[in-house]
Amino acid sequence: MTSVNDLTTEIEAADARRRWLLASPALLTIFVAAIGPLFIVLAYSFLAPGDYGDVKWQFSLDAWMSVFFERDIFDDTLSLATAHIDIFWRSVKLALITTALTLFFGFPTAYFMATRSERSRDLWQFLITIPFWTNLLIRTLAILQIIRNEGILNTVLIKLGVINEPIQILFTDTAILIGMVYVYLPLMVLPIYASLERLDFRLVEAGYDLYATRWRVLRKIILPLAKPGVIAGSILVFIPAIGAFVSPSVLGGGKNMMFSNLIELQFGQGRNWPLGSALSITVMIIVMAALLIYVRNNASKDERHA
Amino acid sequence: MQNTTISAHCAVDIRAVRKAYGVGESAFVALDEATVSVRQNEFFTLLGPSGCGKTTLLRMIAGFDYPTSGEILLNGADITSLPPFKRPVNTVFQNYALFPHMTVAENVAFGLEALGKSRAEVKARVAEMLRLVQLEHLAGRRTSQMSGGQQQRVALARALAPQPKVLLLDEPLSALDYKLRKEMQSELKRLQYETGITFIFVTHDQEEALTMSDRVAVMSAGRILQIGTPREIYNRPADRFVASFIGETNFLTGMLQDHANGKAKVALKSGRSIVVNVAPGTPASGEVTFIVRPEHARLVDGPGDVRASVDKVVYFGTDTHIHLRLDSGEAFMVRQQNGSIAGCSVEAGQAVAVAITDGAAQVVKA
Repeated sequence: MTSVNDLTTEIEAADARRRWLLASPALLTIFVAAIGPLFIVLAYSFLAPGDYGDVKWQFSLDAWMSVFFERDIFDDTLSLATAHIDIFWRSVKLALITTALTLFFGFPTAYFMATRSERSRDLWQFLITIPFWTNLLIRTLAILQIIRNEGILNTVLIKLGVINEPIQILFTDTAILIGMVYVYLPLMVLPIYASLERLDFRLVEAGYDLYATRWRVLRKIILPLAKPGVIAGSILVFIPAIGAFVSPSVLGGGKNMMFSNLIELQFGQGRNWPLGSALSITVMIIVMAALLIYVRNNASKDERHA
Repeated sequence: MQNTTISAHCAVDIRAVRKAYGVGESAFVALDEATVSVRQNEFFTLLGPSGCGKTTLLRMIAGFDYPTSGEILLNGADITSLPPFKRPVNTVFQNYALFPHMTVAENVAFGLEALGKSRAEVKARVAEMLRLVQLEHLAGRRTSQMSGGQQQRVALARALAPQPKVLLLDEPLSALDYKLRKEMQSELKRLQYETGITFIFVTHDQEEALTMSDRVAVMSAGRILQIGTPREIYNRPADRFVASFIGETNFLTGMLQDHANGKAKVALKSGRSIVVNVAPGTPASGEVTFIVRPEHARLVDGPGDVRASVDKVVYFGTDTHIHLRLDSGEAFMVRQQNGSIAGCSVEAGQAVAVAITDGAAQVVKA
């Protein structure tokens, strides 16, 4: 004879089974698409390189060593891998500048959109997303056409007599920045727009009423209230910018490498998959650390307010 | 700093202010040649139904909107085209518009800091303001965690902190429930008394306007119809709209006779005649409309001024409303105080006589 208690336990167990079963597509996606590959990359970084790419299944710390140090081929001494550190630093620097520039151009754009009439806002939002419809490579090549020495920009400037010789923009950091700012601008505009759209503009009026100038209203009311959008936008721009591949390889001309070019090199010509894997993990750690610092910084500022 | 006498000096002078949206024939006129003088230390109310232009006028005094024509003077100085942050005028907004990312104290300090006051001065003034609105204990609280009444007090403290020449209040009590609204009404009067600041108050609630104001401007469809004390507005309304918007009223018609010194006789359809007050400018004779407030009429045993039959008797606790049909056909209502427990003894269908209090009837523009 089954008691009522047994029955409830049975029903609960069936419920739990059903819940897991229903969650399985989500869990499968997470394991197959996110966590699984990550473990493969992590595992590869502790293996030895194969002769023609791939890996040899033997444990090795060489890859991690060469992320930070290089072994002199003649006397076997270790020294800091300055080339790698240069590229790390360049990537972080360019990603930070890109974030700052997209914020500089994106905030006024988002503000403009948010202050339009309700009906025309959708149109502006649509216009901002149009570039997403074109392939990233094609957009980057278009920029290359514009800024190369014989491109529209230099031709017009010479015709106008502003300059005599074409300015060398292509294959410089400036070119990479132009490309990245252009590509990532919508990722900054849209989240800021979303938070400004919800902003109660009566608060702006209240600010003016209380003797705040336009600049003070922007600094003390609009910016603090748009902060969630600014944070989201900065994260959305910084992460892909630090791992950008197309812009530096097309506009940087391969000389000015960023992280992803270095990683690609290891998986391609370098035939050093473990080093490529170790570098990938390093990028991830840097990004996560940067995010943690950024988010925690903002959170503690909020706490001090409360 | 208590200066509670209303001086003859003008605090805000609104001269022929007009606001039109669009041009030409199709323009929407939000405000039509409004002219008002608000005196120093006055509790002045702009009263009217929604869309009458009262908020537009308030926003123009605050500087959020600019008149199409006309001018606005503050203590004699033209402020018509000054931006809001250059006007010594503060606003209590309808939904308070408190800064959600700041504490109560930071909200109150905002205007003072923008004016560049020293840190010590800001601190002292914020403390004084929070004491004034009895919120010292909540200085560090975020405004989003507060009740409507508390938010209202923060909004008041924030607007009063910079010591404005004039405080503008845009329907500040409309979001509060009945009991709290009553409380805040007397709170507002107290604050005005203690600070000695001119208040310009916008409301659509006629009772609020009558109980709180020194003077009221009644507005409709972009026009100011009448400016006067609550008593004047209630007892001597200038026209039919003012009479029906404020309080309950009976409209009667009759033929005007013997017009002299603001008094006249009106011959009613019943054949009897009563004495009415006549505003200057009323035609000397002809058919006129006049009003009788329900509490200015009573049922009598004698012949009375008009005869009627009882339609309906409605009991209201403090008083009873007796709805009548006059013999001449018009509807008429009498409000009778329930002085005794037995109350009113009339019943529907009964024939009664109605006497109108001497001097209570007032001729209005139809």
